Amino acid sequence: MLTIKNLHASIEGTPILRGINLEVKAGEVHAIMGPNGSGKSTLASVLAGREEYEVTEGEVTFKGKDLLDLAPEDRAREGVFLAFQYPVEIPGVSSTNFLRTAINQVREYRGLEALDAVKFLTMMKEKMKLVEIDQKLLSRSLNEGFSGGEKKRNEIFQMAMLEPTLSILDETDSGLDIDALRIVSNGVNQLKSKDNATIVVTHYQRLLDYIVPDYVHVLYKGRIVKSGTKELALELEEKGYDWIKEAIDSEATV
Amino acid sequence: MSTLTKQNLFEGFLETSFAGFESAREEGKTSFLNQGLPTLKSEEYKFTAITKKLEQSLQNVGAAKSFEVSEAEVKAAIPAGYEGAVLVFTNGFLQKERCLKVGSLEFSPLSEKTETPIGSIAKAAKDPFAALNQASFQDGIFIQIPKKAVIDEPILLLSFNKANEGQVIQPRTWIEVGDFSEVTFITLNVNLSEAPFFVNKVVEIKGGLNSQIRYYRIQNDGKFAIEVSNIETNLLKDSRFTSVNISLSGEMVRNNLSLNLLGSNSEGNMYGIYLLNGKSHVDNHTNVDHTIPHAESNELYKGILADQSRGVFNGKIFVRQDAQKTNAFQQNNNILLSENAIVNTKPQLEIWADDVKCSHGCTTGQLDEEALFYLQARGIDKTQAKGLLLFAFAGEVLEHIKNDSFREYCTQLVQERLGSKF
Repeated sequence: MLTIKNLHASIEGTPILRGINLEVKAGEVHAIMGPNGSGKSTLASVLAGREEYEVTEGEVTFKGKDLLDLAPEDRAREGVFLAFQYPVEIPGVSSTNFLRTAINQVREYRGLEALDAVKFLTMMKEKMKLVEIDQKLLSRSLNEGFSGGEKKRNEIFQMAMLEPTLSILDETDSGLDIDALRIVSNGVNQLKSKDNATIVVTHYQRLLDYIVPDYVHVLYKGRIVKSGTKELALELEEKGYDWIKEAIDSEATV
Repeated sequence: MSTLTKQNLFEGFLETSFAGFESAREEGKTSFLNQGLPTLKSEEYKFTAITKKLEQSLQNVGAAKSFEVSEAEVKAAIPAGYEGAVLVFTNGFLQKERCLKVGSLEFSPLSEKTETPIGSIAKAAKDPFAALNQASFQDGIFIQIPKKAVIDEPILLLSFNKANEGQVIQPRTWIEVGDFSEVTFITLNVNLSEAPFFVNKVVEIKGGLNSQIRYYRIQNDGKFAIEVSNIETNLLKDSRFTSVNISLSGEMVRNNLSLNLLGSNSEGNMYGIYLLNGKSHVDNHTNVDHTIPHAESNELYKGILADQSRGVFNGKIFVRQDAQKTNAFQQNNNILLSENAIVNTKPQLEIWADDVKCSHGCTTGQLDEEALFYLQARGIDKTQAKGLLLFAFAGEVLEHIKNDSFREYCTQLVQERLGSKF
C-alpha cells in the first residue's frame, strides 16, 4: 500500500529525515517510536503534504501513485488520513459543515454521489458512538474550546467519517488520560480492517497496549535504526531510548 | 484651516445657486470654506488622500442631474426575497413614481420640505464634506416614522448613480423615528456610470425614546465611485441603533459614522466588513459619544484585503465625565492576503469618567496557514478551504443582520467574493 524509499526531508535547510525506508501493507499496524526530535512528526507531516517540509531525496508511493506529487487535499482523497498531534481550532467553521464539505469532496474525487443531509446525519450518528463524542460538541466551531481529549476524539471521529485506507496517528495518545486513551484506541481498533493500514507515531509504549502493532520501528536522527515486533516496544519501555542512541552514536563514531 | 493652496475644487461650484434652505446653505458654505478640503496633513484624513483623488478624477465639478430609470431596472436591483418598501433615487433625487410598496410610509423629497432641522445632527463644522453637502445638496428624502410603529419589513433606499452633465452627487437624508418604533433601513447603490463620479452623502437620524433602528448598507460601486458619507444618529433614552456596513469595492470610499448616545440605557452598535481587491480604498471612521451614564456601545469591523487595496479604520470612543457605568467595546481585525495590501488601524479612546468598562483591540495578520493545511488534509480543495476560513472570519459581522432574507443576500455576496476573487 505504502512504500517509502530513501526519504530525505528538511525544513528551512535543516535535514530532518535522512533516508527512511518503510513498507506498509494492507491490514497492518506499524508503530513508529523514537526519542524527541528524531523526526517522527516530520515523517507524518511529509506523508500528509505539509508545505514547510522540503523533500530532498527519495520517493513515496501510495497505492501505486507518487504520493509526493499530490496536493494535500488529493492525498486525503486518495485515502491518507493524518490525525494531528495538535488539532487546529477554527472559529466560525462548524464541525458539521466542515465535515460535510470534506466528505463530499472526497466522495466526488472517488466518483461517488454526494451525501444528502439525511444520509450524512445518519452516518454521523453512527460514527459518533465509536468515539463517544457528543452531538453538542459537533454543533460548535471546529475544535474551538475543546479539551485536549475532545480534540483527539474528534480526530478519530473524522477518521471514521472519511474512511481512509492509510491512517497516520501523530502522537494521538499524548496528553490523554486513561479513559480518553481507551476510547480513542477502541475507535481506532474498530476501524481496522484487512483493507486499511495504520501508522501509529508515538513516544510512549502505553498506547501500544491498546493499539497492538504488527511492527515497531525506532526512529533516531531521521532514520529507522531498529525494527521489530511489539516486544521491541516493551523493551523500549523498560530500558528507555538511551541504549539505542548509544549503540547508533558509537557506530557512527567508529 | 488647510486652504493655503489654490482655493478649492468646489469654489466655483458653490457659486451656482441652490434652491431653498438659505440659512442652512449659507452656514454650510461658510463652514466649508473655513475648513477647506482636507490635505494629508489633516489628522482626520491623513490616510485617505480624498482631495487629490477628487482633483484627479473630476473634470466637471457640477451637480449630476436627475435621470429616468425604468420599473424593470428598479425591480432587477432589488435583492431576492426582499418584500418591503422601495424608495428610488437617481443621482440623489427621489423618484416618487418609481417607488414601490410604500403604503402609508410618510416621506417626501427633501426639496419639498423647506423647514427641516438639517445640519442639527450632522453638524457642518465637524467635517468639510458634511459642510459641502449642507451648502449644496440638491435633493434627498425626509422620512418620518410615527410613534409605536413596528415596521417588520425593512425599507430599501435604492440609489442609481451616473455621472452626466456633472459628476457631483449630493444626497441628503433626514430620518425621524418616533418613540417606541422599530424600523430597518437598507441602502443599496446601482452604479450606471462609466466615468468617475463623486457621491457626497449626509444622513441624519433622530431616534425616539425606546426606538429600535437598524441601518444596513452595501457599498459595491466599482472603480468609478468616489464616495464620502457622513451618517450621524442621535439616540435617546432606552433606544438602540445598529449599523452594518459591507464594503466590497470603490475607488475611494470614506465613511464617517457617528453615534451620539444622549439618553441612559441607549445602545449603539456598529459593525462592518470590508473585502477589498484591486486598488479599492475604503476608510471607516467611526465615532461614539457617550454623554450620559448607563449606555453601551459595541463595535466590530473586519477587513480582508487583497491585491493593492487599502483599508483604514479609525474608531473613536468618547466617554464624557458624566457617562459613568458606560460599557464600550471596540474591535478591528484584518487579514492581508497580499504583500501590497495595506491597513491603517487606529483605536482612539478618550475617557473622562472613572467607572466604566471599555475595551478595544486591533489585529492585522495573514490567513492561518495551519488551519488551511488542516482543512486540506481532510480533502478540502485549497481555494475552497481559503474561502471557508475567510468566510468564518468575516461571517461574524453578518450575524448582526437581523433580517433573514437580507442576511442571506449579503452572505451570498460575501461568499461569492471570497470563493472567487481572492
